[in-house]
Amino acid sequence: MERKIYIRILKDRLFKIFIILFSFLSTLPLFFILFHLIKNGISSLSFEFLFNLPKPVGEKGGGIANAIVGTFILILVSSFLSIPIGVSAGIYLSENKNKKLSNVVSMLVDILQGVPSIVLGIIAYLWVVRPMGRFSALSGGVALAIMMLPVIIKSTEETINLIPESLKEASLSLGVPYYKTFLLVILPAGLSGVLTGILLGISRIAGETAPLLFTAFGNPYMNLNIFKPIESLPHLIYNYAKSPFPEWHQKAWAASFILILIVFTLNILSKLVVKRWKVRF
Amino acid sequence: MHGLKRELTLEIVFKKVLSLSAIFIIVLILSIFLTLIFNSLPSLKAFGLKFFYGKTWDPVFNKFGALPFLVGTILTSFLALIISLPFSFSISIFLGEYFREGRISSFLKSLIELLAGIPSIIYGFWGLFVLAPLMRIVQMKLGFTPYGVGILTASIILSIMIIPYSASIGREVIELVPSEIKEAAYSLGATKSEVIRKIILPYASSGIISGIILSLGRALGETMAVTMVIGNSNVLPKNIFSPSNTMASVIANEFAEATGDLYLSALVEIGLFLFLVTFVVNLVGRYIIKRYTAV
Repeated sequence: MERKIYIRILKDRLFKIFIILFSFLSTLPLFFILFHLIKNGISSLSFEFLFNLPKPVGEKGGGIANAIVGTFILILVSSFLSIPIGVSAGIYLSENKNKKLSNVVSMLVDILQGVPSIVLGIIAYLWVVRPMGRFSALSGGVALAIMMLPVIIKSTEETINLIPESLKEASLSLGVPYYKTFLLVILPAGLSGVLTGILLGISRIAGETAPLLFTAFGNPYMNLNIFKPIESLPHLIYNYAKSPFPEWHQKAWAASFILILIVFTLNILSKLVVKRWKVRF
Repeated sequence: MHGLKRELTLEIVFKKVLSLSAIFIIVLILSIFLTLIFNSLPSLKAFGLKFFYGKTWDPVFNKFGALPFLVGTILTSFLALIISLPFSFSISIFLGEYFREGRISSFLKSLIELLAGIPSIIYGFWGLFVLAPLMRIVQMKLGFTPYGVGILTASIILSIMIIPYSASIGREVIELVPSEIKEAAYSLGATKSEVIRKIILPYASSGIISGIILSLGRALGETMAVTMVIGNSNVLPKNIFSPSNTMASVIANEFAEATGDLYLSALVEIGLFLFLVTFVVNLVGRYIIKRYTAV
């Protein structure tokens, strides 16, 4: 009897050690990746690297300015396309909870979130690239906008669910019309949640490559025209990593370092927004 | 009076805009589906079901069989799931039962969130330049052709990428286990590990399974990281070290260069299939988790 209890306690301890060990083992890749990015990336970082255009292989110097600008243009285009629809669909879902339409839409939003990004690339190609006859920043923006939509819809819906009915009723009882109540009372009260959703959506697409391969396509020159092909950071990393030239690999490390800085900053920013302006009632 | 009328019109417009944007989502999904079907018609007509068991993928002779990619996708995804299981399982229990609050828990949580935030292109790049050379050494020791890249390399990268996802679902469902039944077990003298293995896990099993299904959906569609480390070979893989291609990676590799309508259509058909598979996987996963959380 005594021995059996010892064995059970021993098993309990071993189980706990196993859980703790494997939990922290799974974070090791994070440190390895960050270590390699910093070790290999930081030596190529310079002002020149950030503000110059790429140069052909063999020539010294050259930077990734076009890719940084391109990434921001793609983010702008997709935000412009997805935010209005995303926010208003989110409001619809939270305001019409038990309607059949909102149940269906809510399920489809979940499904949309699971659609592989490469499939959305195909869609943007068939909808935008083929009719226009060329690759363009716009088509990349369309693919990325579809990726952002579910994130924005979900967080808008959840935020507005948090805002108490009494606030809405108070406004309505004063004779304020429904739409004004929404735009001037409810939406401002939940602004931080909506903003967080937008930031999360942007951080989801900032590092996305797959749908850009045959939509935005890439461009070694600076381009501000959304109807022309455009470079982006992740696409540049992909191209440079595949190339056989060591100096390009070096640049890909530095570009990855910049990209991860951008994505982590967006994540931290969205956390801060939640912390500072949390919807609290 | 005039002002009131204007207000009323604006009110109606506002409500219309809201419902229109909800309807837009339905239209969007439907048109994605229809576009994929319409554009894969040439390939559907030319190959029929043979598309799924044909072994040769030869754009030069317009012969398209997607079996190598189906096998590649299934192998990488399931291997990745198996590799990730002990890790995501441990994190779920760590955060859901052992350390629910406190510094250690929020430390681990932030690390996992950072891991989830790394773009897939960086996983792929790191895998190609750090993990693949390591795999080459392993393969050499084991006596396989040392490609470095291949199915196992892709699975390892993929498993790192899905750990945060399945762990967060696992933690949520484990936290939902009612404390009464746990306390009942403790009062009978059960140790913590016994409570976890005999009470919590059986109770949360359907939620955990749906977490695994949803991570499978992730793994099936992941593109860039896999494309960079799988070796991009269009023949049936011989073993788990061989280079291969998944459905997503073959689209990424060949779509921009696809000349000829049939070639493009065959790639779109792979996309359609990928869309349908992830659609079903997500639907099933969400259904199970909804039933679990509703109880």
